[in-house]
Amino acid sequence: MKKNILLMVLLSILLSVFNLSAQEQARMLPSVNVKTLTGEIFNTENFSNDGKPIIIDFWATWCKPCIEELTAIHEEYADWQKETGVKLITISIDDARTMNRVAPFVNGKGWNYENYLDANGDFKRAMNVNMPPHTFVLNGKGEIVWQHVGFTEGSQEELIAAVRSLLEKNIAEPVKTN
Amino acid sequence: MDAQYYFKDSLIGAPEVPQKLLSNGFANFEYEKGNFSAGIRYESYLDPILGYDTRYQGSGIPYRYLRYNIGDLDVTAGTFYEQFGSGIILRTYEERGLGYDNAIEGFRVKYVPIRGLTVKGLIGRQRNFFSTSEGLVRAADVEWNLNESCDSMAGNKTQWIIGGSFVSKFQKDDDPVFNLPENVGAGAGRISMNSEGWTASAEYAYKINDPSGTNGYIFKDGQALLFNLSYTKKGFGAIFGVKRIDNMGFRSDRDATGNSLMINYLPALTKNHTYSLAALYPYASQPNGEIGLQLELFYNFKPGSTFGGEYGTDVNINYSRAQSIEKTLIDTVGNPEAIDLGYTSGFLMFGKEVYFEDFNIEITKKLSKKWRMHLLYMYLHYNKSVVEGRASEPTVYAHIAALELGYKVTSKKNIRTEIQHLYTKHDKQSWAVLLLEYSIAPNWFIAGFDQYNYGNDISAQRIHYFTGTLGYTRKTNRITIGYGRQRAGIFCVGGVCRNVPASNGFLMSITSSF
Repeated sequence: MKKNILLMVLLSILLSVFNLSAQEQARMLPSVNVKTLTGEIFNTENFSNDGKPIIIDFWATWCKPCIEELTAIHEEYADWQKETGVKLITISIDDARTMNRVAPFVNGKGWNYENYLDANGDFKRAMNVNMPPHTFVLNGKGEIVWQHVGFTEGSQEELIAAVRSLLEKNIAEPVKTN
Repeated sequence: MDAQYYFKDSLIGAPEVPQKLLSNGFANFEYEKGNFSAGIRYESYLDPILGYDTRYQGSGIPYRYLRYNIGDLDVTAGTFYEQFGSGIILRTYEERGLGYDNAIEGFRVKYVPIRGLTVKGLIGRQRNFFSTSEGLVRAADVEWNLNESCDSMAGNKTQWIIGGSFVSKFQKDDDPVFNLPENVGAGAGRISMNSEGWTASAEYAYKINDPSGTNGYIFKDGQALLFNLSYTKKGFGAIFGVKRIDNMGFRSDRDATGNSLMINYLPALTKNHTYSLAALYPYASQPNGEIGLQLELFYNFKPGSTFGGEYGTDVNINYSRAQSIEKTLIDTVGNPEAIDLGYTSGFLMFGKEVYFEDFNIEITKKLSKKWRMHLLYMYLHYNKSVVEGRASEPTVYAHIAALELGYKVTSKKNIRTEIQHLYTKHDKQSWAVLLLEYSIAPNWFIAGFDQYNYGNDISAQRIHYFTGTLGYTRKTNRITIGYGRQRAGIFCVGGVCRNVPASNGFLMSITSSF
């Protein structure tokens, strides 16, 4: 039995190495309907930030690490925006039980993000999100270029570093305009 | 995927597992090209981890779909998840961590004939572990955003959305004695209004007679009402919610048990706690009848104010209560010919029995550049017999307190600790919890978590539920190895939250997303 466990550990390490190389390929956002905090239907294809990077953060009002992450970012968000022009979009995966809490919660915290509801997990599934918090970074063309699961204090630095690296790339190889 | 190696533990009632090693695994594949998308999910339960429904035996591809989407028209063939309104007559969804999945397999069409109007129609059979249900589900939903459709309302500060839905299930009546309805219909209407920080929404549902295992095969009709009012502005939020449920269990197989084959979702109007002791006695909606309310306040004391201190303070106060509806039983003893309607109930009449009550206050505060703090106090009243559906269980009255402290050693190295205490004289009596977690952002964490039932009247049952977890995360790849006794529920450790079943032994979990 112990051999089996060992085998699985090895297998999984192999798998994750494979994944690391697989995820380097850019991918666009899927087209899924979410809702605004006032109940309007909004298609995820229409997320935009005028050609600047976007961070998408899947969270829930019952997920403490998610709240810690958004609170930590909140403290630095104004600086991040000034420096990189980045926009943070939150996707709450609260279901019908707690989704009415999202608007008061977000406002109660004084967060300045753009917020949406994904009450039945349609966007979550399309993005293969399994455990919140799960963050994505999109470049100016809307391609998913980076993602991360989980939050421990300090990992917001890695997130903004991913956004910064996009800007550096843009300077090195400017986007072609037709 | 999760794998567990089990030990026999008669103290916590963990049974001996002859297979020793059990594992659950799943892999999702999503593909999109132009207007087409497709996806499959391979699932394997070899054999299902303890805490999962044992009917999940084996492997297969229970989730697969093809989708064609050109904006105004969206067609899905295969398995899909759908929700109408708040879900009180139809919601199919999944919670992999708990093994819950009631997806429908069939066809679904979404169409937007004019701007602001969305029409959905679907037909199919629900997933029942590795097969589908015998009953057939057919449903339609309309949602109309008036402000988007009517140019005259486009710039209005007040926004109106209305909607309506209808669901019908068909299941053959094979009962030799009773004449059971084969087609059961349910309808719902909803309205929501938004204006300058105010939101009011209501949904009402009605279901015709639907004798089932859930309601004890009575022929009464069912009703549900949800109402929610909230107000919010920067730094402040308030919510008031009411609901009433009367005989609204709705499954595509009238004899289904457990969590399987539910067509609708009856949301509990209670806070979803994450501290393990606050979540020790969670509430679940009672489909056969309950009336409940919830009040909640959020407030942010600004930095520099008396309560705000240097960094500001967040306060959250929540009160919720659920109790029985008034029921007058109909006596059919002397009249065997009569159809058993079960009971009658006045619409807004309260019953006498309290099912659940929770008052809690939470304070979140950054104390300094190095220290963060989170405080919780909670009073709980939990009617164990009703919520868990077992006779002669005690009602639990408890006081719960939790203190969480975070300390930044360096910008990447952090220590987090939770101290929790639950005081009660009922059920298993008092508990204490200690958690210590050390993390090195963004990759590593190690945590030790001990739940100690120190107050148990039976001294042999004063058990430590200890779990040690080591985890490594790189981008979206996460491996954790844990050892110890774990209770079922939402488990937030190492920077993520997930639903976990109860276990004892080695647990290894690998999650990857790409």
